Amino acid sequence: MGVLVNEDTKVIVQGITGKQATFHTKQMLAYGTKIVGGVTPGKAGQTVEGVPVFNTVKDAVAATGVTASVIYVPARFAADSIMEGVDAGLDLVVCITEHIPVLDMVKVRRYMQGKKTRLIGPNCPGIMTTDESKLGIIPGNIQKKGHVGLVSRSGTLTYEAAFQLMNAGIGITTAVGIGGDPVKGTDFIDALELFKNDPETKAVLMIGEIGGTAEEDAAKWIKENMPDKPVTAFVAGRQAPPGKRMGHAGAIISGGKGTAADKIKALNAVGIQVADTVAHIGETVVATLKKAGIYEACHTC
Amino acid sequence: MNIHEYQSKAILKSYGVNVPNGFPAFSVDEAVEKAKELNTPVMVVKAQIHAGGRGKAGGVKLAKSLDEVKTYATELLGKTLVTHQTGPAGKKVGRLLIEEGCPNIKHEYYLSFVIDRATASVVMMGSEEGGMDIEQVAATKPDKIIKEYIDPVIGLAPFQASRMAYAMNFPQAAIRQASALMTCLYNAFIGKDCSLAEINPLVVTEDDKVIALDAKLKFDDSALFRHSDVEAMRDETEEDPKERRAAKAGLNYVNLGGDVACMVNGAGLAMATVDIIKHYGGEPANFLDVGGDSSPEKIAEAFQIMLDGGQAKGIFVNIFGGINRCDLVAKGILEAAKIISPDGKSLPVPVVVRLEGTNVEEGRRILQESPVANVIMAPTMEGGAEEIVKRVKAAA
Repeated sequence: MGVLVNEDTKVIVQGITGKQATFHTKQMLAYGTKIVGGVTPGKAGQTVEGVPVFNTVKDAVAATGVTASVIYVPARFAADSIMEGVDAGLDLVVCITEHIPVLDMVKVRRYMQGKKTRLIGPNCPGIMTTDESKLGIIPGNIQKKGHVGLVSRSGTLTYEAAFQLMNAGIGITTAVGIGGDPVKGTDFIDALELFKNDPETKAVLMIGEIGGTAEEDAAKWIKENMPDKPVTAFVAGRQAPPGKRMGHAGAIISGGKGTAADKIKALNAVGIQVADTVAHIGETVVATLKKAGIYEACHTC
Repeated sequence: MNIHEYQSKAILKSYGVNVPNGFPAFSVDEAVEKAKELNTPVMVVKAQIHAGGRGKAGGVKLAKSLDEVKTYATELLGKTLVTHQTGPAGKKVGRLLIEEGCPNIKHEYYLSFVIDRATASVVMMGSEEGGMDIEQVAATKPDKIIKEYIDPVIGLAPFQASRMAYAMNFPQAAIRQASALMTCLYNAFIGKDCSLAEINPLVVTEDDKVIALDAKLKFDDSALFRHSDVEAMRDETEEDPKERRAAKAGLNYVNLGGDVACMVNGAGLAMATVDIIKHYGGEPANFLDVGGDSSPEKIAEAFQIMLDGGQAKGIFVNIFGGINRCDLVAKGILEAAKIISPDGKSLPVPVVVRLEGTNVEEGRRILQESPVANVIMAPTMEGGAEEIVKRVKAAA
């Protein structure tokens, strides 16, 4: 179970012949991801890690019946690759690429209106349904099976959190890295909605950071829509100065908006516990689960 | 990326925005010469720094003669301006904008374009409360800020520009000019991949002319590859020298001014590490994301940047090896010691290292087998953060 992907999901890798993509194709195959093809224009007929390469996504769909893709294409071409996946009618496109121009993503989001594809990312570590399938670059050895859904704007904090949960004996259904860009395909509320509808997921860990108001919006949504699944949170960037981009394109406090203090306040106001520091994420989740009376059920590893 | 007001105005002028005549000046003589060229009774001498609030800080002067231009240019060039956006250290003025004055202002407005995250679109914002901090207007009179969301396929529709001009209460005689200016500003925003295009104030004169008296453009760093003309406008003297050096090395670094440095992989964990240093009572020196594929040489450069000028009194290395490998980070620390210390086996300040994740055993083994003086292994992240803060305080 879990959300977005499972062991039966057929996946293609866009940009599969690149160095990073080839490395991660191997990792994904080792994890059990059902990779049925790759796409690099001009390279049809080749194979990468035993996987056939196609010239276009349309060809790959026709030949394999694939429904999902993961993109490792360089930034200046990545927006086009997303649209190619959307046009081919894929259910899911996960874009790992960082540094896509924001206005390119504005066009992508407009192009996606009225189409069925869900986009995860860009500038994200991807998604991983424990022991079933991973699309992206999340290491396979730090996440055990369980009942907590994990959604995060940051890659390394996703790993850090999964690792702390594993050490605390808490397993994960699916980890969803939504990415650190200001304009992206899936935001907290979209991911929370998926977890709400997943019977395996009993609680959610949400990892936010400075910039924008997605955490505040999520707090409001949780109060109104998901009273039965307890949420724990962490917000990075309490010490970030205004106007400075902290690594991620979306991690910037601008016009007085998007501070960690505002986000923590909004989350606390609806009863969500926020970990004091990154080192306390695991124990804060445990405390939340105990308070909700589902610790035993979630203590799966 | 940021540029100066005079550069922003040059770009806007090329898109058809009505801006006052003016020239940049880098010296007092040049300021007077350009003022002569303007040949106008009232001139404005404006300090060019990458920060707002210059007027209140005394960085904008009205001159009625060439002598006055000379006096003000002498006063401003080399002066350190402290505004609400510069921080307490202020910014040194190295350039001026000499501009023709606009004496007959009837009203001041606000106009800008930014990206709206929630709707994934460009939004135009306008207000008849111009000339002041727009954040203040947003806080006190939110109904005075009007928004138009723009479809990227259509662009700014004429009816939207006209609707905005009426909603901002431009005089009837200025409506067309105002909406035309909005279209020009939108074209500049799209054409140059801006993250912000702001005119504050946008003025209407007594004879109903619409003029952009100030201009601020910010650019999307991810799109600079297709705007070499914008990249050429970069003023490196406006940037922190350490941040500039880090950018050249491909490191994501922000100077935070304190003395407890950190080196981390990943932007989220880097932000969180700055926070945990502060949580345990330290003053963070920097945000530093070394990325996922760091070579030992890159890590050595990161150490040198943190230590440069004696800023870092201690360094917390916090690595969760996902894609990047702990053994490479360990080798990077050895490499840094080789480059930095005379004996090649020590570092000048305490370095607390927390390694976890891919190849962690190998990384720990490397550091144990080739001991570097001053390097301390931390068993946990919170332990490491506490340790580095304690050591920096003890050394103070």
